Amino acid sequence: MDIKYRNYNNVLYVMLDGELDEHSAKETSKTLDDVFMSTLSKQIILDLSEMKFMDSTGIGVLIGRYKKMKSKGVSIFISNPSYHAEKIFKLTGLYEIMPKIS
Amino acid sequence: MNNSMELKFSALSENEGFARAAVAGFCLHLNPSIDELTDIKTAVSEAVTNCVVHAYPNSCGNIVIKVELFDDTIHIEIRDYGVGIKDLKKARTPFFTTKPLEERSGMGFTVMESFMDSLDIQNAKDCGLIVKMSKTIKQAESNIRQLG
Repeated sequence: MDIKYRNYNNVLYVMLDGELDEHSAKETSKTLDDVFMSTLSKQIILDLSEMKFMDSTGIGVLIGRYKKMKSKGVSIFISNPSYHAEKIFKLTGLYEIMPKIS
Repeated sequence: MNNSMELKFSALSENEGFARAAVAGFCLHLNPSIDELTDIKTAVSEAVTNCVVHAYPNSCGNIVIKVELFDDTIHIEIRDYGVGIKDLKKARTPFFTTKPLEERSGMGFTVMESFMDSLDIQNAKDCGLIVKMSKTIKQAESNIRQLG
């Protein structure tokens, strides 16, 4: 998983490029934690436009990050999910904790 | 068209991408849509993840995938030779996980069930788990196009 990020207007934008499954989950979680912890922003936007594949292991990764950042008062939002990522998000109710923004 | 294939590989997470790509590649014979193909890849990934995470707690065994194409329906069987699942009903409950400390969603079987047309999970008589799924390809894309 290739992860790019930038801070802009007090918002941390993070782009995930690659496949999020059991194999990439551990490394992705660690990198996201490092990036998330380094920001002073209270809002994080995850851009998933370049995410090629995701299964329910990815949901576990996202919920784990949500729990960590919630305790610091940081909100996470989802942007540009693929048709399929959206299908999994709706099935698991992820949007209730990480709302989709356009 | 009836066609089949079988795949055997080690229950390692690095084989997940290979497994879902191989099954998806074989299913191309039925001309599925991109969405149908991604449904199949996701379901296969969920089943293989279960084998990798749960089947062999103290060793590394094998995963065997069989795919059969009957007319326009894809039948996928994914099995391991590991510890199996004691309470299958509980395992199918959304958000249930036996590893709550590992950030697992507990949605694997739920995803398989909703992305495929059918899902059957059984403990094998000897050892391991057998997951059977099927999906009928709805709109086989026609190769015939009207011009103009």
